Amino acid sequence: MGGYVDEIVKGELHLSISQSVRQNPAFRHLNETQVRELIDALYENELKRIGFDKPFIYRSFIYLKDAITLSLGRALWISSASGSTSVYVIITERLPNTVLLFTTTQLVLFFIGLFVGLFLSRRYGSIPDKLAVMLAPLSSMPGWFYGIFLILIFASYLRLLPYGGMVDVPPPTDSLSYALSVLKHMILPLLSWLVAYSFINVYVRRTFFLMFSSEDYVELAKAKGLPESVIQRRYILRPTLPPIVTDFSLSLIASWMGAIITERVFNWPGIGSLLYSASIMFDTPVLVALVVIYAYLLAITVFTLEIVYAILDPRIRMGGMR
Amino acid sequence: MTSRVKGVFKQLLLYRSALIGLAIILVLVGISVYTIFAIPYDEAVRLWRAGEQHWLSNPRNALPSWVNLFSSKKLPETIVLDTSEPKPGASKVIVPVLERFSQVRIDFSFDYQYDDFPSELNLFFKSRFNVSAPKLTIHWVKPNGEDYALNTMIISKEDSYYISNDDRLAKELRGLISAKINRTIGYDAPVALLLFAEEDVSILDPSTARVMKGTYRLWIEGMAFETNVDVDACLVVYGKVYGWAGTDHLRRDLGIALLWGTPIALSFGVVAAVSIVLIQMFIGAISAWFFGKVDTALQRVTEVFMVLPFLPVVIMISTFYKINIWVLLLVVIGLTAFGSGVKSYRAMFLQIKEFPYVEAAKAYGASGFRIIVRYLIPKVLPTMIPSMVLSVPDFVFLEAALAILGLGDPLAPTWGKIIDDAFTYGALYKGLYHWVLEPSVMLAVTSLSFAMLGLALDKIFNPRLKEA
Repeated sequence: MGGYVDEIVKGELHLSISQSVRQNPAFRHLNETQVRELIDALYENELKRIGFDKPFIYRSFIYLKDAITLSLGRALWISSASGSTSVYVIITERLPNTVLLFTTTQLVLFFIGLFVGLFLSRRYGSIPDKLAVMLAPLSSMPGWFYGIFLILIFASYLRLLPYGGMVDVPPPTDSLSYALSVLKHMILPLLSWLVAYSFINVYVRRTFFLMFSSEDYVELAKAKGLPESVIQRRYILRPTLPPIVTDFSLSLIASWMGAIITERVFNWPGIGSLLYSASIMFDTPVLVALVVIYAYLLAITVFTLEIVYAILDPRIRMGGMR
Repeated sequence: MTSRVKGVFKQLLLYRSALIGLAIILVLVGISVYTIFAIPYDEAVRLWRAGEQHWLSNPRNALPSWVNLFSSKKLPETIVLDTSEPKPGASKVIVPVLERFSQVRIDFSFDYQYDDFPSELNLFFKSRFNVSAPKLTIHWVKPNGEDYALNTMIISKEDSYYISNDDRLAKELRGLISAKINRTIGYDAPVALLLFAEEDVSILDPSTARVMKGTYRLWIEGMAFETNVDVDACLVVYGKVYGWAGTDHLRRDLGIALLWGTPIALSFGVVAAVSIVLIQMFIGAISAWFFGKVDTALQRVTEVFMVLPFLPVVIMISTFYKINIWVLLLVVIGLTAFGSGVKSYRAMFLQIKEFPYVEAAKAYGASGFRIIVRYLIPKVLPTMIPSMVLSVPDFVFLEAALAILGLGDPLAPTWGKIIDDAFTYGALYKGLYHWVLEPSVMLAVTSLSFAMLGLALDKIFNPRLKEA
């Protein structure tokens, strides 16, 4: 059990141990049988360290228990920039980078979608509205794809912005110019996602608000002669908040996982590139940790949302309380 | 049903964006059909994987030929002169001397009227002899009559002389030309520039160096110590433009991958989009119809699949098995079959299940399977066509994304593959924009066409979205 992945991991382990033993001058004096015994002993030890001496099913339960209790353990191959193999250290080292870029991006995207969508739904059929509808198909292309074009224009042709990475090399020493350097590297990835996803966000929100602004109670509020701003805030925005908040929180959570391809195109050292290297190196503990944390965040968010819905929309009441 | 299709189609014609989208899709389908018949898949794979040897007479990293139409500076095309194919400009004479020697004389001449220097110059030899290999002296004559001896070499049966890579020659030519204009050439001028440049002060700077236009000659004189000798030479003056698509770092014609990328992208996108919607709908319908244990089981499985990160799992599978594109398609469908769509279809079917016409079907004794296939799915399917069309680009880009991660089909020439190669070999750093732009434009056009068609369909099937 455990399949080929186990075989690959074991094979690589044996290879690296025998290489390190054979290249170590301290073991030069040993004869061939002694060297083999040493390699086998080290190999068995190492198998025990990564837990491969136990059968796959047994190991799966260990992984499960560790995952549920969030004891993330140690990575098999990947190490953090500081040299630690603790999964916790590896993830916390990458997390700020991803949060900085993708959570910012999601926030900006969300607010653009919300406010521009609301604005356009009130000016239904106007030129900006038609423009937004016309540009919506542009969002059929993903962010990394626009990233390539932006790199081509701003980095390669105009030579204004860096090709990728997170800071200049060598990194600036004082914190102000460090921050500026990071900001400069953030512009292109941020921009690529904005170009890719803001049109569809605006379009979806606008359509959504349009549907809700034709509800009877909105017509009634208009008939009562309520000011536009009150109608917008109390009669359109408030009842539409639950799905909006759902979208918002789910996209924030998703941003936690980074974006594998965008991070690769822009060479951004975030969770996405960690996921990529963990997947191609079969580093199970890192993958399990990332997926489990995501699952936990998802569960917590979904649970919180149930409560938030009731607070936001007076029509939603849980249980039979009247 | 057919009248409904006709109705939808009539409405579709009212949207300009849908017409454009449809037209582009038809063109892409046309390209696909042409490609499949003109270049069979095995042939395309063979050409694409053949390596540099196969493409030896193509220039490296060349732009597409049509850039010359838009620029006042004419970039050179590749000139191939071969003595084994009689053509004006290439001739050879081999005469026996004293019945013991052979004298070889090969002449190439060509007219060079371009505004830029060639990228490379190579000379390939094929010779036939018994024991004594011919010894050849190679000369280069510029339009102004200046004659340079390039090299003297004894050739084997298959030999080549990479003129533009000859550093010794470059150094010698720099010295000669420097002496002639009485100024030193202060940079590492390459052979191709030195052999083609106007010999005045303009050569001192690579940005001002001009091409000397006119007729160039390359002549080879040689001797072999036997009479049974034949020598064929082929001169290739590599240009900077090639074909309609240009070439990449391995001299491959990008056109092949651009053409073959079309059927692969279309079939991958359409098959994935259609089958995923159908499978999800089917699972949703089963879940809603046979509630109870079946429902619970299917919903739990769906939730497990929803938490699994899609891309890392695909990455792991394709790193592991180095799968080809069609297996990859199956993997993608398999992983997405239990996606979030199952949940929303189930919610829809739960409502439809209570409709009177379904009750009626139940009353006449229709089986569960019959109700799902004939009553539930047909009710929902039309409203899902727009999102089906809209999701095609997602899968087209998924294939490209996997190629960029280095995980695509190792054989098939696809658009994503070209972008990946271009990225890996620094096309953007070196300013080889055509290499990135051509596949990107194909991807963009494909996804835009499906998006425009999909959004128009969306307005037709969901009339609440319709413009006033």
